[in-house]
Amino acid sequence: MPSIKTIFFDGIGKNNPIFIQVLGICSTLAVTNLLANTLFMCAGLIFSTAMSSLIISLIRNLIPARIRMIVQVLIIATFVMMVDIVISATAPDIHKFIGPYIGLIITNCIIMGRAEAFAMQNKPIPSFIDGIAMGLGYSMVLIVIAVIREPLGFGTILGHTLPAINVWWHQWTIMVMAPGAFFMLGLLSWIARLYLLGKEKK
Amino acid sequence: MEHATSMPFLPGLLLIFISAAFTDNILLTRFLGMCSCLGVSKKVDTSIGLGLAVIFVTSCTAAINYLVYHYLLLPFNLDYLRLITFIIVIAAFTQLIEMIIDRLSPALYNALGIFLPLIAVNCAILGISLFMISKPYGFVQTFIYGAGGGFGWFVAITLIGGIREKINEQALPKGLAGSPITLIIIGIMALAFIGFSGMVKI
Repeated sequence: MPSIKTIFFDGIGKNNPIFIQVLGICSTLAVTNLLANTLFMCAGLIFSTAMSSLIISLIRNLIPARIRMIVQVLIIATFVMMVDIVISATAPDIHKFIGPYIGLIITNCIIMGRAEAFAMQNKPIPSFIDGIAMGLGYSMVLIVIAVIREPLGFGTILGHTLPAINVWWHQWTIMVMAPGAFFMLGLLSWIARLYLLGKEKK
Repeated sequence: MEHATSMPFLPGLLLIFISAAFTDNILLTRFLGMCSCLGVSKKVDTSIGLGLAVIFVTSCTAAINYLVYHYLLLPFNLDYLRLITFIIVIAAFTQLIEMIIDRLSPALYNALGIFLPLIAVNCAILGISLFMISKPYGFVQTFIYGAGGGFGWFVAITLIGGIREKINEQALPKGLAGSPITLIIIGIMALAFIGFSGMVKI
């Protein structure tokens, strides 16, 4: 039984869901052109991963093996629905942009993957921590990508214009379009893998 | 630019199909279905198999979800239940199709059957259903929109499969092999698909 601390740091570092497991990038990329959207998406994801891991772990002995997938999906969908309702009530402007992608958190492989690989075998508290750590690891990558894409593409950060924008910087529109996201994630995961490969050798 | 729903019926359908497949490609501009794409696109054959299954399932589930949404959820003011309903419809449909194909045609089952469980958690399918509700389409148009979306995914994943087969024979820099290089390839393809944008608007 690994300690709470190892569970937590594995999720952020060497088991990072995006770089190493290549899971859940579907809804990742679409929201990273504006940092504000990304922050809302991340909060929603951390909440749904942690809560659904907790609940699935609590009832793990009651779920019949044959229908466990559909039970997991329903539990996840319930929490995603809550996130969807809360965001549409508190931030309707942002909800207009990221609305469909919030729904897609349901099919985000990270949550299903953690439910299947961790929460079904472990006690509630470690599962909850694991959910939070996986969510944080995912959010970290998203935020890095958003912090690079938004200034390069729009010349703003969280909606505030950067000082250089009117002086010498010309907006690099491709960065906020789809290809920019693919390039950024490709390069970032290349760098992350190089770093981790180098570490393993030592 | 003329709006597709204000055009004569059949040309309108054709436009919806083309724009859903190319200008609004679900994988390359909406980032959906990436997990299964990265997992399956190592070979052209498997890409084609999964692609065909996706076309079939997206068009049918988009049509079913259209009926459920407009005739069941909206009249009873249950709009907020759409996420959970859509995912149940998709999961139930893929399960049903799997059983039918298994009984009727073992050959087709061997070709497509193994992909069907994968599809239930493919975000492209749920994504099409979620984007569909924000569009002003009728029943037939929704079906065509689903088919076009699936076709776009099929084209993208088959092309990626072909490129990856060649790439795998090359020597790559350390850490770049696998998902990072695939993401960069997808980025370049997305760049090419931007050329289609502005051609039609739905």
